[in-house]
Amino acid sequence: MIEVHHVTKRYGGFTAVDDVSFTARQGRVTGFLGPNGAGKSTTMRIMVGLTPATSGNVTIGGHRYSDIPNPARHVGVLLDASAQHAGRTGREILALGAATMGLPEKRVDEMLELVSLTPKEAKRRVRHYSLGMRQRLGIAHALLGEPRVLILDEPANGLDPAGIHWMRGMLRTFAQQGGTVLLSSHLLHEVEMIADDMLLIGNGRIVAQGTKEELLRTTGTLVRAVEAEALRDALADAGFPVKADAAHLHVEAEPVQVGEVAARHQLTLVELRPADGAGLEALFLELTAETQREGVVA
Amino acid sequence: MTAPPTGAPQGLLDVSGTSRVPFTRHVVVEMRKMFDTRAGKWLMVTIVAITALVVALLLIFAPDEGNNFEAFLGATATPQGFLLPVLGVLLVTSEWGQRAALTTFTLEPHRERVIAAKVVAAVLFGLAAIVVAILVAALATVIASVDDMWGAYGFGDLGNFALLQTMGIVQGLAFGMLFLNSAAAIVTYFVLPIAFNIVTSIIEQVRDVQPWIDLGTAQTPLFDGQGLTGEEWAQVATTTLIWIVLPFAIGAWRMLRAEVK
Repeated sequence: MIEVHHVTKRYGGFTAVDDVSFTARQGRVTGFLGPNGAGKSTTMRIMVGLTPATSGNVTIGGHRYSDIPNPARHVGVLLDASAQHAGRTGREILALGAATMGLPEKRVDEMLELVSLTPKEAKRRVRHYSLGMRQRLGIAHALLGEPRVLILDEPANGLDPAGIHWMRGMLRTFAQQGGTVLLSSHLLHEVEMIADDMLLIGNGRIVAQGTKEELLRTTGTLVRAVEAEALRDALADAGFPVKADAAHLHVEAEPVQVGEVAARHQLTLVELRPADGAGLEALFLELTAETQREGVVA
Repeated sequence: MTAPPTGAPQGLLDVSGTSRVPFTRHVVVEMRKMFDTRAGKWLMVTIVAITALVVALLLIFAPDEGNNFEAFLGATATPQGFLLPVLGVLLVTSEWGQRAALTTFTLEPHRERVIAAKVVAAVLFGLAAIVVAILVAALATVIASVDDMWGAYGFGDLGNFALLQTMGIVQGLAFGMLFLNSAAAIVTYFVLPIAFNIVTSIIEQVRDVQPWIDLGTAQTPLFDGQGLTGEEWAQVATTTLIWIVLPFAIGAWRMLRAEVK
């Protein structure tokens, strides 16, 4: 279990992390979602003491990270798969980690096998690794010490779809066996695929958190009719709040209620469906739009 | 598959069965890090090769009467004096520049233990280089077999020589910590004494206090085999304070506080 209490990090006048509080629960995979530069990495670095917080604190399983003896035996951390000496071989990087943690050399081979790095690949210098291979190596490094808590910053970045599928299975098993997983991503669908619980961060603040079901719960109905204007008026008369975008009406009502209104007024519907997770997606796009110069690509 | 052990109360980590990473293990890992990259490995090979080379050259080309143990060992001092500080610098900067410090300080959040391990590793490397120098010099001495080949060279002289070389590598380490950048640390290490010499040659007043503030001047008696007076030891102490202890303290403060990204 990871508990983040009112963590704030300021750089001069810039607030990178603004009063962030959340809990990543045991037995769950918690997705930490937000656009690039939202404060995810800074929060994760604060968790393991690489960056001092301006205020607030973090406990992992009830301890401050720096109070955990031989912390890698309890908490597996992957913050940046590229932050390794490019001149070392993949195997040597794991061997250094294993040596520090006091693990036998065979643990290195087990981890290489787990993340599907072949002995030949493991002998190559990390400089020649693809991002996907670096991620696999980083995940292997995080798992070396048989931790019960995993903190992974953008672990799916650079993995191919098969790799993401593999990681999802691996993290799911880890959580089911009583582990705690916190992973970050700037891609909504990635977190949707892997996480049980979700946190949404934007401009250093948590803007939404809950279980995936809660956050992705349908929020109303999307409907399209031939007589768009007439349907809109009819729904408004019936007392349902309606918003219109280019193609659809977004109605705060169940699809069946919208259908009934349309039937009463003999309107021709061409589309009627629950607005799946539109709330979270809209929120996420809004956050992304603010931080991405090119805006949202529709 | 990793199977997290169960049994601890919900959400809490039971850390009672884990002891912290022993210091000796940190030292071993820090030393290993100098061998597993090309730069580190070749620097080691170069130190050994050049040590052997200068001794061999002296053995072949120098006049026989000078070929005693002290001369051979003295010949190794200059090249090692150049290269050992570079090794000290790289002990810090090679992983800082490549951002591998991120991993190092995640594995050991108590950074002072990592710094201490690097100091011990540096001293051990320095001592190893001296052992190599002694072995090569002794071998050359036996080959040359001049009269009085061991001269008056004693353990005290050897101790001074070891102190000198060890100070060099620790100074390199301190400069590495101060600059956290290989190029800046190495250039400053070599340019500072030259700049200082220029200053002393221009400003007469500085010349009078030079032995008290110039490391090179103060260290000279450590390898001329004459033994040091109390005043000379005091000069070694003050210059060490200025050029090794002070950069080390500032560098350590910087490393302890730096945000590792």
